[in-house]
Amino acid sequence: MIPGRLLRFLAIAAALILLPIIDGNPYHIDILATAALYALLALGLNIIVGFAGLLHLGYAALFAIGAYTYALLNLRMGCSFWLALPISGGMAGVAGVLLGLPAIRVRGDYLAIVTLGFGEIVRIVFTNLEEWTGGPNGLMGIAHPVFGSFNFGVNSTPYYGLLVVLVAATAWACAKLRGSRMGLAWRAVKEDELAAGCLGIDASRMKLLALGLGGWIAGLAGCVFAAKQGTITPDSFDFILSVMILAMVILGGIGSVTGVIVGAVVLSAAPELLREFSAYRMLLFGLLMIVLMRVRPQGLFGTSVSPPAR
Amino acid sequence: MSGTLLKIERLTKRFGGVVALNQVSFEVSVGQIASLIGPNGAGKTTLFNCVSGVLRPEEGRMQLLGTRCLDLGGLASHEVACVGIARTFQNIRLFGQMTVLENVLVGTHVRTHAGILEAIWPWERRTHQEDRWALDRAMRLLERLALGGVAGRPAQALSYGQQRRVELARALASDPELLLLDEPAAGLAFHERQELMDFLRELKQEGLTILLIEHDMKVVMPVSDWVVVLDYGAKIAEGTPKEIQEDAKVIEAYLGAKTNGV
Repeated sequence: MIPGRLLRFLAIAAALILLPIIDGNPYHIDILATAALYALLALGLNIIVGFAGLLHLGYAALFAIGAYTYALLNLRMGCSFWLALPISGGMAGVAGVLLGLPAIRVRGDYLAIVTLGFGEIVRIVFTNLEEWTGGPNGLMGIAHPVFGSFNFGVNSTPYYGLLVVLVAATAWACAKLRGSRMGLAWRAVKEDELAAGCLGIDASRMKLLALGLGGWIAGLAGCVFAAKQGTITPDSFDFILSVMILAMVILGGIGSVTGVIVGAVVLSAAPELLREFSAYRMLLFGLLMIVLMRVRPQGLFGTSVSPPAR
Repeated sequence: MSGTLLKIERLTKRFGGVVALNQVSFEVSVGQIASLIGPNGAGKTTLFNCVSGVLRPEEGRMQLLGTRCLDLGGLASHEVACVGIARTFQNIRLFGQMTVLENVLVGTHVRTHAGILEAIWPWERRTHQEDRWALDRAMRLLERLALGGVAGRPAQALSYGQQRRVELARALASDPELLLLDEPAAGLAFHERQELMDFLRELKQEGLTILLIEHDMKVVMPVSDWVVVLDYGAKIAEGTPKEIQEDAKVIEAYLGAKTNGV
């Protein structure tokens, strides 16, 4: 039996997938596909930052590892996209955990610095490991996915569909996780690690789980990104990207699944909507973020029960 | 009374040059309420932190002689919780942003098993059963502690006395063998103290063993079966409440300090 909530959820996802039939404008669909990619990344980072409370500033590195995994598997071994998808997720998940092993010994601001360093190291390694990654020029000629006899090609529409499926599945899983025993354990660790420990929660394990799961999602997103672009360079995975994804999570409402999706859509679409202001575009974008954080510090969909007492 | 549940032997904890616990040994018998008393800074909370795995003592042994015989030394705090020791905190440490019910549900963590995959998979019957069991247990505890009406409120919105009770419910949700209570009566109104004492007696009737840190002798003396007195990190006396009240060393170190002030 399919639960009613799942059915409703599937209906929304199906409607979103069919959206290109109503609006076939390739420019619009490309914006939507980008928004969906960001939504996937924001959902992944939300597990780390929102659920487990780990301020991660190097999330783009995990995204990069997913992208390079597919690129290398495809270019060196002719591996298909569908086989590479879980492998990319797995690689990024393992990388997330490996980074976590030393990083979870430090907390808060210190963890932010460690993850920031990790992000930069990964980007610099990809830039300098020329033999494998093509250095600053990146990797070219990465195959687009083929589904049956249908090649995804360069058009954004099939990627948009695939990304909506991935976002929907991830959002569903996140929503279930949030209310589950594991979700409660994460929130407990986030609020008071010592008390959580005395209630039998292994804080280190919970943190590594969050990093692994968040990494897995970044890896999936990276794989799709590489397949869609056909070309990847280390520049695509810089610190600004990590910060943007973090901004989406915070703006949408840290911890809230709906919130971070909305945050991702708003922040990825806003620069496009503000195009008519041309030179002032990014200025307005920055102002928008400042105003929003001032008016609603808990984010658009934040469920923070009360403003922090200060 | 049937034997010892918690056995502390020659426990020593130092912070730099300060000896917070100095060769402390005592035992807590099964089904008893034992109290740990002593002036501020005597090392009571440090002892709790050692037993619950928050701090690692330099010397000594701590054993839980329950259904299994376990050495607590070297266990991390979450492992200590898993073997059946629950605790509360002197300065209440609730998850303030979470609801009262969620706080207590976290307490059931050691008695439940669902991991990531079980949480995601929508047709997992065992997880549903487990969730229902945990919810049922949490609600019953809340009702029992007169918190049923505030189950949906964020913990930080509750009154001090209610928060103390939520901490108690959260600790009990793990169905412990041994309950460590760090000053549960601190800051409570008179009638709340009476209720707390009645509740502790009820728990004892149900077979729970309790180790209590408490400053208020009006709470300690009536409910305790055994009292251990610490001063400057060392045990200076132990015995029944009656013996302790008559102990010259205790009167000098602890009760005597009060009469000096009069």
